[in-house]
Amino acid sequence: MNATVARLVAVRLGTTLLTLLVVSVAIFAITELLPGDVAEIVLGQSATPEAVAGLRAALHLDQPAYWRYLQWLAGLVAGNPGRSLVNSDSVGALIGSRLPNSLLLASVTAAVSVPVALTLGITTAMTRGSAYDRAVSVLTVAIVSVPEFFVATVAVLIFAVKLRWLPALSYASDIRGIGHFFRTFAMPVVSLSCVVVAQMVRMTRAAVIDALRSSYVEMAILKGARPARIVLAHALPNAVGPIANAIALSLSYLLGGVIIIEIIFNYPGLAKLMVDAVSTRDMPLVQACAMIFCLAYLLLVTIADLCAILSNPRLRYR
Amino acid sequence: MTMRDEIDPASATPLLPDQQSRRRPRMALPGLVGLAVVAFWLIVALIGPRLAPYEVGNIVDTDVFGAMSDRFLLGTDYLGRDMLSRILYGARYTIGVALAATVLACLAGTTLGMAAAAAGGWTDALMSRAIDALISIPGKMFALVVISAFGSSIPVLIIIAAVIYTPGSYRITRSLAVNVNAMDFVQVARARGERTLYIVREEILPNVVGPVLADIGLRFVYVVLLLSGLSFLGLGIQPPNADWGSLVRENIGGLGEGAPAVIMPALAIATLTIAVNLLIDNLPSRHRAGPES
Repeated sequence: MNATVARLVAVRLGTTLLTLLVVSVAIFAITELLPGDVAEIVLGQSATPEAVAGLRAALHLDQPAYWRYLQWLAGLVAGNPGRSLVNSDSVGALIGSRLPNSLLLASVTAAVSVPVALTLGITTAMTRGSAYDRAVSVLTVAIVSVPEFFVATVAVLIFAVKLRWLPALSYASDIRGIGHFFRTFAMPVVSLSCVVVAQMVRMTRAAVIDALRSSYVEMAILKGARPARIVLAHALPNAVGPIANAIALSLSYLLGGVIIIEIIFNYPGLAKLMVDAVSTRDMPLVQACAMIFCLAYLLLVTIADLCAILSNPRLRYR
Repeated sequence: MTMRDEIDPASATPLLPDQQSRRRPRMALPGLVGLAVVAFWLIVALIGPRLAPYEVGNIVDTDVFGAMSDRFLLGTDYLGRDMLSRILYGARYTIGVALAATVLACLAGTTLGMAAAAAGGWTDALMSRAIDALISIPGKMFALVVISAFGSSIPVLIIIAAVIYTPGSYRITRSLAVNVNAMDFVQVARARGERTLYIVREEILPNVVGPVLADIGLRFVYVVLLLSGLSFLGLGIQPPNADWGSLVRENIGGLGEGAPAVIMPALAIATLTIAVNLLIDNLPSRHRAGPES
């Protein structure tokens, strides 16, 4: 890695950090804007003014907003994002119990969808314009333009109701043995993969086709190389950067999909925790969960950009 | 935060007066199908409640998750209410709210984008950085945080969706308007001493309006997906009102038996969004953003 690349990477990482800070201000500010304050909401309309004042003092609501923001941010960084307003459990402990489930779901989905999407993306790019290519593109456009819960619904109908391969609804709370593990995870992972794969196929196909348009590929065609060799030996090595970029970007669609999928399959993950917290208006929990999701999103987008920077040979040998 | 990929601004070149062809190419068949389905749903949204065979909240059958029959064309829901009536009523909420949010987002995005391009300099830089920061919060997260603070109501939902999709509209309009702004006729107008408002309205707007209109369709699809997703989570349109996303949610218990009550509203959303996509992909090229126009 030379100075140019190092500088670009450093600038990109700095931008991410700055963006994260701006996001944290935004999330804190939105929850500050609410009419009345948390103390009144928690205690309800029948609360006495003394009780409200007491809770405000306990929640530090009597201090200025910027000071509470700094305390909240410091707590977040130190791994102590406060206490839940609903049951006074530590937010950190609540998140700690759910985060591994969500990470497991996300990583199993990524492990399934990346190979499938790469295969589909590269083969459709090779056979551009064929019936196979058109069928895949119509299917991916259709999946991308319908809601995630529709994809999940159709997946359940096909795999669980019609084919009876998998149980429709399953709970990850009591997993016994490896077979049960697969049966529990199959339906959520299949549904989530459909959403992610559709995005990834489109982006991968575009990246490979872009590489196939270059003049060195034209040269390879003219010298009579076989189509498979042209794609695998000539186009792919140069498309690795854009493809890695596409994978990271499509994985960020996991975040939107995972919310719907965890609700539909009643999966005890972080997204379900957050949606429940939103319905009970449990602010500290919502803020912490939102920060985790935004962090994951920013990380994936940053990785996508870093792939693009690091895979550019013109930057490497400057 | 699904579906936030935007039209590549680089490929969306402004239409110049001399490039606009006078003949209007006929729309391809998929485009006509899309147009027909979109028109159908718009009419349903307008007059749906009059077509409904039953009162929307009435429990009309003892059989829950009933199959499709002559009495109940789309079956019954989890309480034994007529599904067809509920979908006809739901069209208003799904389409109406999404349309309001889309128009608001595009108005705000287009106005800000043209203003930024016309103003240039540090105003432009400041606005663009602010918009970049807004884009770095995934849409669904933003919606969840705002709903947790303000609760869910139709005005809040419209504002959330408008705020989330303003940046996309802003970016496209700005990139188009920056190009137009560099044209000779804008320079002439400036030299004449016209004011910024006049330049935006009379010189820039007519030249960006085509791509912006096509963009409205795409943004409408995103808004429908976002709002029905929120309703599906129980955080969108609140009972007793129900849009199509809420209908899927309340009937999700029928999924295991493949009840039409859970499939039909989901299908309604899918036909709407796919039809809008088909329509904008096949628009006559005069209104399309792209090098071929």
